[in-house]
Parts: sequence; C-alpha cells; structure tokens
Amino acid sequence: MGEYRYDHRTVQGFILSAIFWGVVGILVGLLISIQMWAPAANLTPWLAFGRLRPVHTNGLAFGLGVGAIFGLSYWVVMRLARRPLVFPRLARVQLWLFNLGIAAAAVSLLAGKTQSLEYAELEWPLDVAIVVLWVMFAVNVFATIVKRREEQMYVSLWYVIATVIAVAVLYLVNNASIPAGWWKSYHAYAGVNSANVEWWYGHNAVGFVFTTPILAFFYYFLPKATGLPIFSHRLSIVSFWSLVFAYLWTGAHHLIYTPLPDWLQTLAIIFTIFLIAPSWGSVVNGYYTVGADWSKMRSQYLTKFFVLGITFYGLQTVQGPTQALRTVSQLIHYTDWVPGHVHMGTMGWVTMIVTASMYYVVPRIWGTEIYSERIANLHFWLVLVGQLLFSITMWITGIQQGALWKVTNADGSLKYSFMDGLVKNYPYWHTRTLAGIIFAAGMLLFVYNVLKTIQKGKALEASQRPAPAPAAA
Amino acid sequence: MAGEIYKKPISFALLATVTVLVGSIVTMAYPMLRPDFHPRLEGLRPFTALQLAGRDVYQREGCMGCHTQTVRPLRSEVVRYGDYSKAGEFYYDRPFLWGSKRTGPDLAREGGKRPDGWHLKHYADPRSVTPRSNMPRYAFLAEAKLDPEEVASHMRALHLPHGPEEIAALAQRTEMDALVSYTQWLGHAVQRRQPAAGAVDLAAANPLGDSPHAVARGNQVFLDNCTACHGDEGHGVPDVAPNLLDDVFLGVKGDVPDGAYFALISGGSDAKAAIGRKGLESGGMQAYGGQIPNDDIWAVISWIRAQQAHERKEPPLMEKAEHPPGASPGRTP
Repeated sequence: MGEYRYDHRTVQGFILSAIFWGVVGILVGLLISIQMWAPAANLTPWLAFGRLRPVHTNGLAFGLGVGAIFGLSYWVVMRLARRPLVFPRLARVQLWLFNLGIAAAAVSLLAGKTQSLEYAELEWPLDVAIVVLWVMFAVNVFATIVKRREEQMYVSLWYVIATVIAVAVLYLVNNASIPAGWWKSYHAYAGVNSANVEWWYGHNAVGFVFTTPILAFFYYFLPKATGLPIFSHRLSIVSFWSLVFAYLWTGAHHLIYTPLPDWLQTLAIIFTIFLIAPSWGSVVNGYYTVGADWSKMRSQYLTKFFVLGITFYGLQTVQGPTQALRTVSQLIHYTDWVPGHVHMGTMGWVTMIVTASMYYVVPRIWGTEIYSERIANLHFWLVLVGQLLFSITMWITGIQQGALWKVTNADGSLKYSFMDGLVKNYPYWHTRTLAGIIFAAGMLLFVYNVLKTIQKGKALEASQRPAPAPAAA
Repeated sequence: MAGEIYKKPISFALLATVTVLVGSIVTMAYPMLRPDFHPRLEGLRPFTALQLAGRDVYQREGCMGCHTQTVRPLRSEVVRYGDYSKAGEFYYDRPFLWGSKRTGPDLAREGGKRPDGWHLKHYADPRSVTPRSNMPRYAFLAEAKLDPEEVASHMRALHLPHGPEEIAALAQRTEMDALVSYTQWLGHAVQRRQPAAGAVDLAAANPLGDSPHAVARGNQVFLDNCTACHGDEGHGVPDVAPNLLDDVFLGVKGDVPDGAYFALISGGSDAKAAIGRKGLESGGMQAYGGQIPNDDIWAVISWIRAQQAHERKEPPLMEKAEHPPGASPGRTP
C-alpha cells in the first residue's frame, strides 16, 4: 500500500465528496418531487421548483457523477498503469477546486444564474472553472497512462480516454456564449441551431458522463469483485468503437417533431436504433462473464449490484431507442415517461455500478473488509425497489398524459383540457415521492456503511501503528 | 483492428478523437453552415428591452423546466395550442427555450391568447385562476423593479435595437410587467389559425335553445373554462374580462344574436372584426373552437342567456343582498 498511499487519500476524497453531493442532490430531488403535487412547498423564490430542478440534475450529474468519475477513474488508472499518479499534488488541488466549484454552482443556480441549457445550466465563470478541472484531470490521466508499467491498455482505460476527450469537445462547443455581465450570458447559437448544438451536447453528456465512465468501472470492478475474467475481449473491442462512433449522431432524437430539419431527426433515429448493438455488446459481455459462475450472485455481495446495474443499462438502451421512433415519441415526449426513463438509467444503472465500485475501493484503501454486508444487501434492495416504483409509476402516468392530450370528440374538438390531464397525475406523483424516499433510505444506508468502513480502517491503522519507542533509559 | 493501438495511448487518443468528431461534424457543425439553420420569418419582431428583460426572468425562474415552446405538427396539438412551430420563429432565441417537459402547457402560441390582466393574476397566484394548478406563485416579481442599465447591457450584448427613452422607461416597470410583455410576444410571427368562426352565421339562433339540459351542461362548461376570467356567475373580473350579463357586448350597448356569441367564443378576439365591434384594445379572449365541442359552446350560450334573464328579473338591490360583497362564493374545482 505504501507507495500509493497519498493518491488513495485523493481517491477517497473524491469518493466522499461525490457521496456528499449525491446526498444533497437526492434530498433536493425529494423536495422537488413534493413540489410537483404540493405547490405550497415552493417556499421562497430561491427554493422554487424552477430553480431547484437544475440543482438536482447538476448536483447528481456533476457532484455525484463527475466526483465519482474523478475518484474511481484515478483508482482504475493507477491500478491498470501499475503506478501512482504522475502529479499527485495536482490531483489534490483538483479535489479542492472540485468541491468549491460544485458549492458555487449550487449557490449560483439557486440564485437563478443559468444558461437555460439542460445539463449546461452553469454560467460562464463556472464553465471556465469546469474546463480547468477537466484539464487537470486529463493531464493526470494521460500522463499516468503514458508512463504506465503495463504494456497493454485494458478496456477500462479506453473508456476513460474516450470520456476525457468527448466531454472536452462537447463542453467547449456547447458552452460557447456571449457574456453579458459576470453572471449572465446568451448562447452563441440561436434558435434551431441552438437547439441542435444543445442536444448534441445534452445527449452525449448522458453518453460520456453516465455511460462510458460507468462502463470503464463495470469492466474493471466486475472481474475484480467476482474473480471472473471478462467473457470476450473481441466483443469489448467491437462494442467500444461502435459505441463511441455512433453516440455523437443521435442528439436530434431529443428534437423529434420540432422545427429541426427532418433529415437530421431521421439520421439521429437511425443511429439511435443502431446503438442498441454496442450497448448490448457490453450487456452480453457482462452476463457471460458472470455466467461462468452464477453462484457468485449468492457468494459475492457485489455481484448482484453489477448484474442488476448492467441489466438496467440493457433495458435503458432498448427503451431509449424505442422512444426515438416518431410513433412512440409523439405519445410520450414531454410527459412524465421521460423522467421515468432517465431515472432508470441514473438510479438503476449509474448508482448501482458506482456504489458497488465504491464498496470495492473503500475497504481496500484501508486494508480491511466492508463494515456490513447485511447493510449493503439492504441498501441494494431498497434502491432496487425505489427505482422500479419510480420508473414504472412515471411510465404509466406518462402514457396516460400523452393519451389524454390526444383524445378528441366526434366533432374533432379536444376531449380533455390540459388541466384535466394534469390532475390525473397527482396520485402518481405522490407515489413517486414515496419511491424517492425508499431510494434515499437505501442510499443513506450506503453512506453509513462507507463511513463505518473508513472508521474501522482508521481504528485498524491506529492499532497497527508501532507503539512509540520507549525513551532510552 | 491492429492490436498495437491498445499499446499506444497517444495514437489511441487520436483515433478516439477522430471517431467522436465524425458524427459531431455531420450532425452538429455542418448544419450550422446551412441557411435552413438561420431562417427568419417575415413578421418576426426582435425583443424590445422590456421583452428581453421578461425573457431573462423566464430563464432565471426556470420556466422551461415545466413549459415547452414548440408546437408539434400533430393534429391534437395544433388544435390545442395553435399552428405548429416554424424554424423561422426562433431567429432571436439565444438560447432556444423549447424545453423538454410539459408539466404545464406549451407556451409557443401564448401571446395574444389572453389579456394582460389574466397573466398578472395568474403569475401572482396561479390557483386563483386554475384552482388545481401546481405552478409556484410568482407574486414577488411585481415587487421587483427592473434595472435599466442591466437590461441595456443585455440588449447591447445581443445587438438588439433599442433607444435611450425605451431604456429609461424601464425604471418604472417591474419584472412582472416584463414577463407579461414577453409572454405576449410569444408566437406573434405566425398568423393565428382562423377557427371555424367564418363559417358561422352571425345571426343564427342557438340550436339548443333554452332547454334545461343545455343550461345545466352550459353551467358546467362555464365553470370548467370561463370562470377564471368572467367570474363564477358571469359578472366579469375587473381588468381581466367583461361582464357577460349586462347589455354591453364588446364595448357597445345593445345585444347581439346567439351566432355572434358563438363566433366570439369559438374564434376568440380574432372574431371581433367579423362581428363588427372593436371591444377592448387589450382584450384577449382565447379561441375555444376545437378546445371544446361545438355543442358545449352552444350550451354555454344557453346558460348565459338564462343568467341574463335571471339578472333582468332581479333588481340590483336584491342581487346585492344575495351576494354581499366579501362573501366569495365557493367554487368547486
């Protein structure tokens, strides 16, 4: 452990930061889910739904998501390069800057400083900070990989490299803006062009924050946790290249039936359907890997996190392309179906893999075992039930909403007013809050388990420290 | 694929960069060069300073989290909101505010649909006009004065035309005024679809007459759709919408046949010209043609006629005793 010690503290720092922002993001999510059915819960202008929603999405995408990406990627890169980070102090600075940045981001969003671009809400001073952070990350990742002591680069490193590159390109292009003061700017692109650039970015933010890095962790931690080698190296090669190629063509599927030219919509739909193949390449690879010994589902508590996680990834990557079809899109787009879809990916796939990876890493930093497998199992079931209840409820209400909007009378007039449709959502929105509470309870157990494991590790370290030498007589 | 690439991180990174750039260039960069990505409709007006300030408020409060601004070319959608959105309507939109979720209705065709008074009331307390709405209250906007210098700097950043008087006048306006002004700007560049109004004989008599069934149905339709602006009993709401029970119709004394009522309800304010009465300049009756069945529109007219008859029978004093001021009638949502 000795030579990696310093870097491991940085990894742990990112993991704990990610967990902290994750809890904040989840609690904000609970509050806005209540605001959906109880408008009195919009307490002040700063705590109204419109401002809190981006705090929820940014808190979880950038706080939990990117925090976990920084920490777990460093762990994976160090291990696969067989060497410590080349610039450990830079990583330390990056950790502090990250937390300052996320805190400032949260406050700025509450104050209503927003570019109004989904997943790119942060105003330009924070965009600059994020670019600096990303450059720090890229420098350390590339330097450590270039100076590695293992000739072959394993699959996870491919995904980390692709993540670093793609996020940089996406972020720089979409955040180009015309500043109009310190905390106000206007998109460099207008109208249809603005929409196209934003959803090219928006969809690929999902692709390169919620997919490729998570796949990097999946390919690394699944074999590590189970002791089973990845089923097919060739399949992972094909999946990787086809995924990173096809993803960038699909943004316009968020703009079906908008004024965006039809050819772009159609092109996006085609590539979106194609994406099922590379996505399922990884799903199949995951299943066959564990398929070598299914008893691991029983004997190794982390296995079920990975298997269920990749299962939801598989469902997500079939449901998503289905939604891109015009026939389906016209029914469910703009309804609650979409949050149902998004939350299957984030609650089912991303948090399953990220929390399992953290369960793997944290005890190893301290040379100990997880504090409680029982709590980890309970966490698993709560998170699973909470997510399913959330997603399924939202799919049902989404279909109902979409249908009510379309129903007409015999003379061609609309059968339901907008409000008729809205009030029918209320029972489902109540259920969603309940689902969120169940999910949040599971995540709090996870946090408790991690903190207890660190406490245990610290106690162990203290007990192993050689007693101070008695003063010479 | 040569296995060597997995041993050479620099080559690998370059290849990965090229791989992600192909789709980006075809679907994101290349379209920027095409003229159909920068179209501008003939009638599109740039934002005034007040409207841009309102748009800034719209962005700041995250309105696009719950409201879209793009009508899809689907039949039910065109009936509900108005003509489908055109690329050329968004020339000045930086960024686009099409949104991705309709917790509330689409707003692309909101401009001119309702009077300013309705919006002021609705923004201050949405449930005062739509009882079961889940929209937050934005009453605080009416307290917030605009900062002319700040708005001017935003106008300059976007190279939008503006004059010194226009900027100076902002000092007297609030963020609420700005938001309402922006709301009324939405969708102005596209001619509102002429609903069936033209086909209606203005002199036609109500086919449902005064049947008790029609009056009862009309009462229900009125409660569902009209009370927000015209009050529970049709007496109107000051600064929002006129009394329906007096003998003034569209600002002119003297009643009109049922057919004219139908034309106005069905076609909204756009039907005023056909009826030949100007009404209020700022009036913004929305078109209900297609929103509700034609029979329901006739039923509402049956109910209005019954109310008018009731009003004529009751001396004003008795009416006052029946509804003492301050005792607001209960309303079922």
